[in-house]
Amino acid sequence: MRDRIRWLAGLCGVALVALVAAGCGGGGGGDTLTFGTASDPVVLDGALVSDGESLRVIDQIFETLVGLEPGTTEIVPELAESWEASPDGLTWTFKLKDGVTFHDGEPFNAEAVCFNFDRWFNFKGGLQNSSVSYYWQTVFRGYAQNEDETLSPSLYKSCEAPDEQTAVITLSEPSSSFLGALALVNFGIASPKALTEFKADAGTVDEEAGVFQPSGTYGTEHPTGTGAYKFESWERGDRLTLVRNDDWWGETEPEIGTLIFRPIPDNAARLQALQTGEIQGYDLVEPQDIETIQGDSSLQVLDRPAFNVGYVTINQSMAPMDNILVRQAVAHGLDREAVVNNFYAGRGVVAHEFMPPLVEGYAGDVTRYEYNPEKSKQLLQQAGLTLPVPIEFWYPTDVSRPYMPDPKRNFEAFAASLNGAGFKVTAKSAPWSPDYLGRQQNGTAGHLNLIGWTGDFGDPDNFVGTFFQTRQPAWGTTDHPNNEVMDILNRAERETDIAARTALYQEANRMIADWIPGVPYVHTSPALAFQSNVSGYVPSPVSLEEFSSVTLGDEESGDGEETDTEETEETG
Amino acid sequence: MLRFVVRRLMLLLPILIGLSILVFLWVRALPGDPAAALLGERATEESIAQVREQYGLDRPVYIQYLAYMRLVLRGDLGTSIKSRRPITEEISRRFPATVELAGAAMLFAVVVGIPLGFFSAKRHGGVFDNASLVGSLLGISIPIFFLALILKWLFAVELGLFPTIGRQSAEISIDHPTNFYVLDGIIALDPVATSDAIWHLVLPAIALGSIPLAIIARITRAAVLDVQNEDYVRTARAKGLASSIVDRRHVFRNAMLPVVTIIGLQAGLLLSGAILTETVFAIPGMGSWLAEAIEARDYPVLQGGILFVAIIFVLVNLVVDVSYALVDPRVRLS
Repeated sequence: MRDRIRWLAGLCGVALVALVAAGCGGGGGGDTLTFGTASDPVVLDGALVSDGESLRVIDQIFETLVGLEPGTTEIVPELAESWEASPDGLTWTFKLKDGVTFHDGEPFNAEAVCFNFDRWFNFKGGLQNSSVSYYWQTVFRGYAQNEDETLSPSLYKSCEAPDEQTAVITLSEPSSSFLGALALVNFGIASPKALTEFKADAGTVDEEAGVFQPSGTYGTEHPTGTGAYKFESWERGDRLTLVRNDDWWGETEPEIGTLIFRPIPDNAARLQALQTGEIQGYDLVEPQDIETIQGDSSLQVLDRPAFNVGYVTINQSMAPMDNILVRQAVAHGLDREAVVNNFYAGRGVVAHEFMPPLVEGYAGDVTRYEYNPEKSKQLLQQAGLTLPVPIEFWYPTDVSRPYMPDPKRNFEAFAASLNGAGFKVTAKSAPWSPDYLGRQQNGTAGHLNLIGWTGDFGDPDNFVGTFFQTRQPAWGTTDHPNNEVMDILNRAERETDIAARTALYQEANRMIADWIPGVPYVHTSPALAFQSNVSGYVPSPVSLEEFSSVTLGDEESGDGEETDTEETEETG
Repeated sequence: MLRFVVRRLMLLLPILIGLSILVFLWVRALPGDPAAALLGERATEESIAQVREQYGLDRPVYIQYLAYMRLVLRGDLGTSIKSRRPITEEISRRFPATVELAGAAMLFAVVVGIPLGFFSAKRHGGVFDNASLVGSLLGISIPIFFLALILKWLFAVELGLFPTIGRQSAEISIDHPTNFYVLDGIIALDPVATSDAIWHLVLPAIALGSIPLAIIARITRAAVLDVQNEDYVRTARAKGLASSIVDRRHVFRNAMLPVVTIIGLQAGLLLSGAILTETVFAIPGMGSWLAEAIEARDYPVLQGGILFVAIIFVLVNLVVDVSYALVDPRVRLS
């Protein structure tokens, strides 16, 4: 028996050594970069998804008519070299880049552009559902044949291709927010041949269970765009592999040859995978991990510019919130600085407008309401009310949002400051989905409630237009509309001259700050984490981040490779 | 024997019907619904209604149930709302991952646990025995996810000996005909891929197998102590048989009866523990799939997944009962 034990132990030892030796050497080697994501993409067809992980991969494979200057929301040419709008704002003519091909070798031209737009416009059945083509609905509102009466007539009218390099898109109404929306990777241009051959729209809606079952292989095996990376393989739950497109038209050749996305739903697991080198970067870093990453010299944190807003809604349908003095009292009674400084792990900034600073149309000089409980009390008395003024203040449970990691703590701090400012707060809460969201939207979530918004695309219309351009129960504007604000937002949306448009939105923001339909209090910066030797990744406020500009330096030095650029400068 | 098996298999039908009704109702009793989960703040009342209508969630519950059962009887478990893939396809991918992990965990628990229990019994009362008692208590008490995180932190992050995530390293790419990564590596005659898959299983198997290990060790110890005092063991020794032969032929074999039962029952624990282990180690198995489905309110996944797990449970227990009869000729299956 003893001999057997020794023999067994010896065998185990040998096996262990063999395992470790065989397994060593993980992590990205050469020109491979592995990125940790929160989940698998749904499908690699931009028109049919709205989740961040699908869009992240789609952004590498596909390109759009216009793009964004990396790290900003400034519109720059991408597949279209230039464009102009007719004076009535209805006809947009795009001059397309020459000599671009899709990954399957087909030529990129105006016909392909129109094919894509018409495809989206003609979606039918299950494809018209907002959980599928959310972005088309948001930007273009409707389809060729709306099958649901809640859908509006479409903003898109038609697309013509007078010649190979010219695409003309006609709208049914003037709109300039549509240009910014075109930068969304949901409107990426795909190869018509691949879309047809691999049946991108095919699928059946199960009569009995009602779920759309895709039957084509376009979005899972053959996504075909013009981007810097081509699809290679996808093993669900394990990894999605892209390889460099050697025929890409871009000016600089991407250094990363193989791009692998690995889904790791657990936050702690993502961090540990980065620490061991199994991935070279990941997104959605938890605030509490940031210190750990910053303290590790082999890792780095990158900040994404703030593109969200957390705010306190004021429901003017509930008296006395319809009184401007009372709303001013609320604004002075909320201690925003304390909340932002204490509950955002240093990743938040105090907000004064309903959109983040880097979106065009941010005024910067709006009326500010400093925390002053005494002033609040005076205003309430001026309004003829007896103190304390009773109000209902709602917050959601079971949820953490990027602009509001811990709703309860925000609520408790705000309630305390309001109680000291002449109010008497009754706390109310509900589970986030669907109760709280439903109530918040139909205006049954009290006088005040906590909520926020993350922008979809870098257009002011996507923020203040969404909130204040129409009459909504959430704000009580169904009973107490502000016609001036609605009017200026309508004009701004139709204005095609960028400078004039920006000025209109800035004016709108000043008006909104004086009107106080709610109190914005925070913008947060989400963070990404990478190994130190990764450089060239430019965080974008709308999360459109291309890996084509990323370089990997030496593991030891932790610097990006500089030699290539130097050589080009010398010879060039 | 055959009649026994057939009768047990026939019990499957009422079990599954009852379970499917329970799961169906439970899943719909959860607050929140897939519409809001899919859309978040972007959800307007119209869009929520639209999504609910598309998935048939606005129909009366019993109609939804009947429609679902019609699908199931056709062999179609439906489509996942979140990933839009057929559920049977997802199961064929995820179930092997969980089986591989559970198998590795059980192998670990048995290979380490039985000798541990055996030697504790042989040297009972001694230092080894007491040490393994404390170890077992720790093993049972430490939450699996906590143990998993500690193992990862110590052996992967600090010492760099093992990987932290997934079933295979990023550089390895082989075909997966069976979706059992170790088996696939053997089929592909690729020793690097095979050992890489095993290497990825080590930490998760230890984490998941810690509880079964503790239990098997204790039960083995108790069983061996019991059997050692039996008359036939004393007779065998009196006959002059070598100690090792007595241990093997009489003590060990008879002590295994209760241990085999326990191993079968542990199958259930393993499947539930797999949820936590798979999440921490980012292994795409049934456990992590169901956990994500709960968060996303992915009803079809929860219904189909739980039904499938229930079938497996019943089958595993059937196998355990049958093997019990095989091991002990005195047992009559009735």
